[in-house]
Parts: sequence; C-alpha cells; structure tokens
Amino acid sequence: MSATILTIALGYAQVALALAGCLVGTRILRGPRAQDRVLALDALYVSIMLLFLVTGMQLGTAFFFEAATVVAIMGFVTSVALAKFLFRGEVIE
Amino acid sequence: MSPLEAVPLWIAIPVAILVVLGSTLTLIGALGFARLASFYDRLHAPTLATSWGTGGIIIASALMFSVLEGRAVIHEFVIGLCIVVTTPVTLMMLARAALHRDRAEGSDALPPGLLARPEKNAPGE
Amino acid sequence: MTRLIPHPVLSLSMVMLWLMLTRFSLGYLILGTALSLVAGRAYSALHPAKPRVRRWRAIPRLAATLFRDIVQSNITVARLLLIEGRGTRRSAFIQVPLTITDENALAVLAIILTATPGTAWLEYVVETGTLTLHIFDAAQEAHYREMIGQIYEPMLMEIFE
Repeated sequence: MSATILTIALGYAQVALALAGCLVGTRILRGPRAQDRVLALDALYVSIMLLFLVTGMQLGTAFFFEAATVVAIMGFVTSVALAKFLFRGEVIE
Repeated sequence: MSPLEAVPLWIAIPVAILVVLGSTLTLIGALGFARLASFYDRLHAPTLATSWGTGGIIIASALMFSVLEGRAVIHEFVIGLCIVVTTPVTLMMLARAALHRDRAEGSDALPPGLLARPEKNAPGE
Repeated sequence: MTRLIPHPVLSLSMVMLWLMLTRFSLGYLILGTALSLVAGRAYSALHPAKPRVRRWRAIPRLAATLFRDIVQSNITVARLLLIEGRGTRRSAFIQVPLTITDENALAVLAIILTATPGTAWLEYVVETGTLTLHIFDAAQEAHYREMIGQIYEPMLMEIFE
C-alpha cells in the first residue's frame, strides 16, 4: 500500500520536475537577453537538483544526495560568476 | 520496489503529500518562468522553487530516509541551508546587473524615475 | 581564546554541518573540529567585519514570522502565476525609505525580501537610505510597505542595533 502511494507520488514528482526543467530550458533558448538566460540557468540547476533528490528517494539510495549537493553548490558558483560578468558590462550578445 | 515497501503507511502519506506539493510548486514556478513577459517579473518565479519547492522535497526525503535507516538522517537540510542562503545572493546580483545594464542602455523596461541612481557617486560601486 | 578560536559561532556551526553531512562518531567529531578551527583562522585572516548580535532572543520570533510570510506569499504568488494572462496583475517598482543602517541588518533584510516570493531586492542606496524593490503584484504595495516598516525593521533593529 505505502509502496503504491510512494511510487505514484514520486513518479508524478519526477515528471513534474523534468517538465519544469524543460520549461526553464525554453527560456534559456529564447532569452531574449543575457540576464534572462543566466536566471533561467539558475532555475534549471534547482530543478535538476530536486530531480536528483526525488530519484534518490525512489531508488532508496542516499548516493544521489551527494550529486544533488554538488549540483546545488555548482549552480550557485556559476550564477554568481555569470552575474558578476554581466555587471562588468562587457558581454557580447 | 523493495526499499519503498519498508516505509510504514503513516510516513508514506506525509512524504507523498510533501513531494507532490514541492514538485507542483516548482512546476508552477517554471510555468510562470516561461510565460511571464519581463525580466523583473521573472525574478519572482524561481523563488517558488527555492522556498517551498525545495523545502517540501527536502523534508520528505529526510523523513523517508530517517525511517528507512532507523536514525535521524538530516543531511538534506544542508542542501536546504545552502539553497536558502545562496539563492538571494544570486537573485540580488542578477537584479543589480540587469538594472545596471538597463540603465546603461536607457531601456524602456524601467520606469523613468529609476533610470538614474537616486544619488550619484556612491562609493564601493 | 580569541586567538585560537576567532569565530566561535562560525566554527561551531561548521562542526554541526560536518556532523550532519557524515554520521556522528568520535573520529568525525575530531576531524570536523580540527577543520573548523583552521577554517575559522583562515576566515579571520580576511578581516571581515564581525557581526554583533545584541539580542538573540528576538531571532526565533523573526524566524517564525518569516516562515509564516513565506508560506503565505508562496500561496499568493502560485495563484497569481496560475491565473497569469487572465487577471489584471501589474508589477511595480517601489521605493521604500529604510531606517536601519547596520550592514548585517541590511544583509538579513535582503535575504528575507529576496527569499520571499513576490518581492525582489533591486538596489539600496547608502546615501539616501532608500531601497528599490520590485513587487510582483502592484495591488499589494501597501501590504509590503507595512511589512517592511512595521514588522521586519523593528525586529532587525532589536537584534542588531
């Protein structure tokens, strides 16, 4: 019984998060400006991290947790570096 | 399927609710992200994913693994802490960068009153 | 004491973080403590301004208020996003004069306002003490002004100043 509930909920969450990643991905492609793309990349990192956590729950292993941590930290470093780059104003669009 | 069988029902229900809540909020945020028209509007969309979207999934994960392993598994909250502290930094920097760039171009995304800094010659810029 | 452990709160929270990431055992406790002491010394080599917290007791109250606000604004913004295109929502830039001047209080306020869906921190000008915010729903301008001026600013002032 509990396995059925969890399978449905986690399956739904995986689909929803993957869809969220795709929607955010369209914003990376569409832009229109560099800051839109950077913001979208940051949101994409969060969606992927949550997808890792949910997948780890579904498989019952804690191994995905490390991957999620790395993705979360990488996302932060990337976005801050890109934002700093935008601030300097020397970006060719 | 074997690890999920071991979860008792009274834990499975809140875990399922939290996971569905978290992923739905993230999806709504992403939907808004794709549909909203201006950059400054879109700044608000990711905060749905990083507040209760992340919160719900993290709490669910911590609950489930604590029950499965028979000890308090709280390392998920490190991710939560990381997200809570880092997202505002990212969003603020991006907002300021966007403001800076829009001002440099005199973009019409800004109201006229904002095209110049309220007081010039700020130190530390 | 201050030479060996320049930042006791930072070091202690690093030990806690280390133990959360691994599992509790004596070896990890010793390793984590050693690492956090080194990290504390390294951090003090950067000469950061030491945050001074005057009243620790007000922090749980701030956290509780923030939790409630985040839940509320999550619901509000999710609803607004779902009816996007059909409703008459407008976003707005607003300027709020702030009375707090302490750097740490401003940093905490920035985190609060950005983490809460519905408000985004754009800019703070030191000379005039004005904060420029972008709010998702212009109809709630009065609510946000009141929230900052009447709730968060007095609390942060109590904690830091």
